[in-house]
Amino acid sequence: MRTLSYAQAAALALQEAMQTHPHIVALGEDLGRGGVFGQYRSADGRCLAELFGSQRIIDTPISEATIMGAGVGMALAGLHPVVEMRVADFALCAIDELVNQAAKNRFMFGGQGRVPLIARLPIGIWTASAAQHSQSFEAWFAHIPGLVVVAPATPQDNYGLLKASLASGDPVVYMEHKELWGLQGEVDTQATAELGKCRVAFDEGEGRDLTVVSWSRQVHVCVDAARELAASGVRTRVLDLRTIWPWDREAVLAAASASGRLLVVHEAVQAAGFGAEVAATVAEHTGARVARLGAPRIPVGYAPTLEAESRINAAQVVQAARRLLAH
Amino acid sequence: MNELLDLYRTMVRIRAFEDAAEAASQGGVSWGGAATEGAEVRVKGPLHLSTGQEAVAAGVCAHLHARDLLTSTHRGHGHTLAKGADPARMMCELFGRASGYNGGKGGSMHIADFSVGMLGANGVVTAGLPIAVGAAHGLKIRGEDAIAVSFFGDGAINRGPFLEALNWAQIYRLPVLFVCEDNRISATTQSAPMTAGEQAASARAQALGIPAVQVDGNAALAVSEAARKLIEEIRAGSGPRLLHALTYRLKGHVSVDPASYRDPAEVAQALKNDPIVLARERLQAQGLGEQAAQIEREADEEIAAAVATASAAPLPPPEAAYSDVVSIGEGAWT
Ligand SMILES: Cc1ncc(C[n+]2csc(CCOP(=O)(O)OP(=O)(O)O)c2C)c(N)n1
Repeated sequence: MRTLSYAQAAALALQEAMQTHPHIVALGEDLGRGGVFGQYRSADGRCLAELFGSQRIIDTPISEATIMGAGVGMALAGLHPVVEMRVADFALCAIDELVNQAAKNRFMFGGQGRVPLIARLPIGIWTASAAQHSQSFEAWFAHIPGLVVVAPATPQDNYGLLKASLASGDPVVYMEHKELWGLQGEVDTQATAELGKCRVAFDEGEGRDLTVVSWSRQVHVCVDAARELAASGVRTRVLDLRTIWPWDREAVLAAASASGRLLVVHEAVQAAGFGAEVAATVAEHTGARVARLGAPRIPVGYAPTLEAESRINAAQVVQAARRLLAH
Repeated sequence: MNELLDLYRTMVRIRAFEDAAEAASQGGVSWGGAATEGAEVRVKGPLHLSTGQEAVAAGVCAHLHARDLLTSTHRGHGHTLAKGADPARMMCELFGRASGYNGGKGGSMHIADFSVGMLGANGVVTAGLPIAVGAAHGLKIRGEDAIAVSFFGDGAINRGPFLEALNWAQIYRLPVLFVCEDNRISATTQSAPMTAGEQAASARAQALGIPAVQVDGNAALAVSEAARKLIEEIRAGSGPRLLHALTYRLKGHVSVDPASYRDPAEVAQALKNDPIVLARERLQAQGLGEQAAQIEREADEEIAAAVATASAAPLPPPEAAYSDVVSIGEGAWT
């Protein structure tokens, strides 16, 4: 076990994978300097570019469309590219390359080609960074057939899920959270993670009263809320979805059936968010009562008073849970 | 009226504004982790300073009218001030106050003053160019006697919208001036090894038939003279022009970035070449040292007052987060 930050855990996963798989490369802006968040810098502070050279950690121009498109081409030529988009907001400059090219290639060409590409698209509110640097787009990509969507919440998962994504063979939209980069945690490098499997982040009394489903940074908020609920006797299980697509329907349906109540919580705007998919599926397959909690449909504001309106805090989760339990 | 004194005033006001904003941004966590935070930090989040690049904003905007339209980059305070915005309302925006230009919704990275034609700083590199081209197209269709100007960095020319915007402007002969502020760096990466061709901003424009002029972007009078000529041509119906100003970013990418990736010798040289220092020396030589000092005092007072105003101003109420999102059918036709 080692204590690593969320950013370092991903760097370690990439470093180890690159050591054993010569086909893995990474490309994006400022990668030579270790990435703007240090996510291409090993735990001892060295840039991965120093370890692997500029042929494999590739510094690029500010050219998002070509970074992504070139990633598709590299993949078709036999590489496994990790495509860095800095923040999910800038990936919108490369949306055709991701949605129409990377996601469609395998199917459209009858399985002749595959695009084992990781698109790193960090999501989430980044304090005081306003409307163009704080968005959470996971539902957009979950909507696109051909894409796998991953959203780790802990250093351990950022290590394990990045490795699993690198081995998956299909395009993966890998969504780290910008406010988790510095989060420290223990990382077991022997443990493996499987895409499509959720994690029990908190379980009190086997979650007999309430199931909470969440992912990314919001998981930590939900765990705080579940602790508070536990203090007043509510037995909650918090499931960290970890992969948005494929999502762990089985585990969620089982937990929701057992508790009879499901609350889905995410940082993204609630309207047309992925919480709707989870809630609808649970409603279709169980008798459970469902509720969603996400941000209002507003752009993220700069002033702290405005930004706070887009953040979901533990008190709101507790309140939503109590409302659900009251019925 | 001395032109250099006027340019000097604009540059010194920009410097004073940004120095004050920088001071108010200190005390949070450092670059590379989360954004600037902490209760005592009044300017939060990424603050991109244009320190060292003031001569470009001053020289170009000296020839613009309030009805001319302007788009900017993430590094937009200088352009906004030079276009005629009020520093107090700008500072209020940087402090996230309700009385800021954007009501506290945008902050530094999205500073804007539509009343003087400044259509906004942008968080997405190169995004301002197509908008400026559209603005110029709009002005042309409406038969208005005004032009559009777009500032952008040397890193921005490697995104596709640069080519699309220039091509569009040229085929429709639009009244638009593209201004490349070539500070040789993009975030933490040197631009040169990431950019094909020599003098790429000018060369790429010329390849599309758009005349381009290179200028020492630290020489305020030279920028002003070059901009004056190009803007006159555009106003006379020439179609688009590009001004390629060679300058230097004296600070980090954001205020809390120590910029340790730069060569100290290069920085030392650049400090000697600071456009404000150069202009000051020149004014001194012309016997205008006292006037220059007076301009500096006035700028300091003006900006100190702006900081005081912003510090005392209230934050927006939470319900303001819900306004100006969409309101169907309201105010569509004007
Ligand atoms: C589309 C897009 N990609 C990446 C970024 C991150 N970013 C912000 S500023 C910057 C460097 C821009 O360099 P340049 O255009 O030369 O402007 P300068 O910062 O030097 O003024 C980068 C890469 C962004 N904001 N938008």
